[in-house]
Amino acid sequence: MKTSTSTQALPATGKRSSNYFGLGTYLGLAGALLAMIVLFSLLSDHFLSYETFSTLANQIPDLMVLAVGMTFILIIGGIDLSVGSVLALAASAVSVAMLGWGWSVFPAALLGMACATLAGTITGSITVAWRIPSFIVSLGVLEMARGVAYQMTNSRTAYIGDSFAWLSDPVAFGISPSFIIALLIILAAQAVLTRTVFGRYLIGIGTNEEAVRLAGINPKPYKIVVFSLMGLLAGVAALFQVSRLEAADPNAGAGLELQVIAAVVIGGTSLMGGRGSVISTFFGVLIISVLAAGLAQIGASEPTKRIITGAVIVIAVVLDTYRSNRAKRQS
Amino acid sequence: MSASAQAAVLSVSGIGKTYAQPVLSDIDLTLMRGEVLALTGENGAGKSTLSKIIGGLVVPTTGNMQFQGKPYKPASRTEAERLGVRMVMQELNLLPTLSVAENLFLDNLPSRGGWINRKRLRADAIQAMAQVGLDAIDPDTLVGELGIGHQQMVEIARNLIGDCHVLILDEPTAMLTAREVEMLFEQITRLQARGVSIIYISHRLEELARVAQRIAVLRDGRLVCVEPIADYSSEQLVTLMVGRELGEHIDLGVRAIGDVALAVKGLGRAGKVKDVSFDVRSGEIFGISGLIGAGRTELLRLIYGADVADSGHIEVGSPLRVASIRSPVDAVAHGIALITEDRKGEGLLMNQSIRANIALGNMASISSNGVVNGHEETRLAQRQVEAMRIRSSSTAQLVSELSGGNQQKVVIGRWLERDCKVMLFDEPTRGIDVGAKFDIYTLLGELTRQGRALVVVSSDLRELMLICDRIGVLSDGRLIDTFERDSWSQDELLAAAFAGYQKRDALLNEAAPGNAL
Repeated sequence: MKTSTSTQALPATGKRSSNYFGLGTYLGLAGALLAMIVLFSLLSDHFLSYETFSTLANQIPDLMVLAVGMTFILIIGGIDLSVGSVLALAASAVSVAMLGWGWSVFPAALLGMACATLAGTITGSITVAWRIPSFIVSLGVLEMARGVAYQMTNSRTAYIGDSFAWLSDPVAFGISPSFIIALLIILAAQAVLTRTVFGRYLIGIGTNEEAVRLAGINPKPYKIVVFSLMGLLAGVAALFQVSRLEAADPNAGAGLELQVIAAVVIGGTSLMGGRGSVISTFFGVLIISVLAAGLAQIGASEPTKRIITGAVIVIAVVLDTYRSNRAKRQS
Repeated sequence: MSASAQAAVLSVSGIGKTYAQPVLSDIDLTLMRGEVLALTGENGAGKSTLSKIIGGLVVPTTGNMQFQGKPYKPASRTEAERLGVRMVMQELNLLPTLSVAENLFLDNLPSRGGWINRKRLRADAIQAMAQVGLDAIDPDTLVGELGIGHQQMVEIARNLIGDCHVLILDEPTAMLTAREVEMLFEQITRLQARGVSIIYISHRLEELARVAQRIAVLRDGRLVCVEPIADYSSEQLVTLMVGRELGEHIDLGVRAIGDVALAVKGLGRAGKVKDVSFDVRSGEIFGISGLIGAGRTELLRLIYGADVADSGHIEVGSPLRVASIRSPVDAVAHGIALITEDRKGEGLLMNQSIRANIALGNMASISSNGVVNGHEETRLAQRQVEAMRIRSSSTAQLVSELSGGNQQKVVIGRWLERDCKVMLFDEPTRGIDVGAKFDIYTLLGELTRQGRALVVVSSDLRELMLICDRIGVLSDGRLIDTFERDSWSQDELLAAAFAGYQKRDALLNEAAPGNAL
C-alpha cells in the first residue's frame, strides 16, 4: 500500500515495535514475577524462605538450559518436541557407559551429550533436507529417543550413585555448580543471539528465510546447527538431572517439552519466529517455576496446579499478542 | 445484428478509482445484450480494476453504473453474482480436493437435514457441465485431477449456474492449450446465442479479433476507444494501447561501456524460460521487457541461481569464464546481485532496522571471529544511507516505516559494499512514487559509472526506453528480439512483446479443432 506521494520517510514512531526486547519487556516480566512472589508470600508463611529458594535453585537448571535451546529453535520458526526424550536418552547413555562398561564420569558425560547432539542433528537434518515441519520430525524423534532409552536401560531406573553429585551440591547460598553453569549458558546464548553473525542470521531466517537466501546466505546449515545445539543442551540438562537424582531414569523428562515451550513463550519469544530473547526466556523459566513452587506451598492439588499453570500460559500469550498487535497498529 | 435489436445490459458512466494515485478515471462504457466486448491495454492500464468494479470486488471512487435499466451498486461480489454479473478471475477459485460436482454447487449443495443429496447433485452437475461442453467428464472426478483447461471450464460452468447475464473473463486463455482455447471459444459462441454478454479481457490481440465484436482499449486508466474490432488492425491497436507521448528525458551521465561482464547462453527452465541468450557489458543497462507471465522474473532468478536452470549456463568475469551457479550463494561469489520485485516477501526483513537489513549480506566486513561489531555496522549503514539519500530518522529505524522508494534503496544499499559486477533489478520502481523513481534512475546511472553491468526488468516500457542502452523483449519465455537505443520504437517493442503469443495463435489456427497440440 502506498501511503505517501512524497519521497519523505514516515516519521519514526518512537517505539521500536514488538520485535525489540528492551528494558520495558524485562521490567514487565520482572514485575509479573515479583507480583507472583508477593502473592504467594501473602498466601503462605513458608513461601518466602531459604528452603523455597534453594529448592528452586536446585531444580531449575535443567529447565534453564533446555529453554535456551528452545528459544533458538522458536526464533528460526521451528519447534522441537523431542527434548524430554532426548534428555532421557542422554541419561540412559551415561548410565550404560558407567554401569555397563565401567567408564569414568567424564567420558560417560561426553558420550551422553554426544548422543543427545546426534538426536538433535537428526531432527534438524531431516527437517531441512526434506522441508518437513520440525513439529512432525521431532514428534517422531521423541518416540524413537524414548524407545532407545528404554532399550538401553531395559526400562529400569539405573542408580549411578554420587559420582555426579558435585554438580548439584550447593556451594554457597543454596546455589549449585549446575545453576551457575546454566546461568553462564544463558548469558553466553544471549550474547550469541545479539552480537554474533550466527545470531543475526537466526533472527533473519525466522523473519524471512527467502530474503536471507536471496541475500546470498545459505540458511540450511544454520538451521541444522540450531537443532544440534538443542540436542547438546538436552544432554547438559540430562547431566544436571542425573546429578540431582543420582540415577538415570528412562522415563525422565516425559512431558518436559511442554514446560520448556511454555517457559519460552511466557518470556515473549514468538512461535512464528524471528523474535526472541534468552534473557526473557530466563524470566519465563522463573515465572513457571515460582508458580509451581508457590502452588505446592499453598497446598494446591495436582489438578488445580495444572489448571492454573495452563491458564497462566494462555494469558501470557494473549497479552503478548495484544501487545504486538498494538505495536503493529502504531507503526 | 442491427442496432435496434440490441439492448444495453450494463452501462457505466464516469467510473473512476483512486488509491494513492488515480488508477482509473472517467470510464463510460455500455455493454449490449449478447455481445462479446474485448477489454485490452498494457500492463497496469486498469483492466483488472475496471472488471473488479463491475464484478463487485472493488468499490469505485466516482461514477455510477446501470444494470438492466436499474442503478447498479454492488457492495460485494456475492451481491453482483446474485444479480447475474459473474467474474472468472485469472486465479482459479476451486477446491482441488473436492469433486467437480461439489465445487459447482459449493455455495448451495442440495441436501436434506445436512445430508447431501448425491443423486440430485450429480444430475444438476451433469446439466451444468453440459452447458460448457464438459459432457465427457464424470462429475465425481476430483478437481485436482483435471487439467488446468478443464478446471477453467469448471470455473466458468460454476459461474453460469443460476442467472448469468454478464460474464467477465480475465485472461481466460493464459493457461490453456490450443485445443482448450478452441473449446472455450465454442462455448463463448453458445453463451452469446443464449443472450449472455461477455467482457473478455486479454492482451492476445489475435484471440480478441476472433471472439469479440467490439474492443475497448484502456491506457493509463483512461478509455481510449470503444469500436467494432473489425475496424482495426493489430498494429493500430498496439499504437492505441501505447499512446504517442514520449517519456521524459533523463541524463544518466557519461559512461564508459567496457567488456562483456555477463553472458547468458541458452538458459531455460520448465517451459517458462526458453533458450535465452544475451550479453551485457560493464557500464551498460540492459532492459528486459515483456508482458506479465513472459518469463522475465523467472529469467533473473535463473541467472541468480534462486531457481536452477534445466539448460544453458552463464559466463562472468574478465576474461569470461563459465560460472556454475546452483544457488544464490554461488551467484554472490561470482559477483552477481539480485534486487527482487517483491521487496516485502523476498528482499527485506520488514520488522527490523535499516541497519540490520543492510548488514545482512555484509557480515564479513563488519564482524571478526563471528562477532558483529556494532560500531562498524552502524557506520556501514550510515555510509549507505548518506550515499543513497535514504530518508530516515536513524539507521535504527524499522524498514517497515519507510516509503517504498526508501525501502528499495535499502535493498540496493545492501549490495553496494560488495564487489558485484552484475546487478539484476526486477521491477526496481514498482510501487514507488514518481519523485522517488527518478532517484532510483539516477542511482542506476551511478552504478553504471562504477563499471557495473545492470539488467533491468520492467513492465513500464517508457521507463526502459528512458534508462536502457539496449532492450531485449521476452515473449512467452523466448527472447524475441534485442533493440539498440536510437533504433527502437515503442510500437516495435510492444509488437515484439506480443510476437511469441501470436506465433502460438498462428499454430492454433493451423491446428484443426479437435487436434491436440
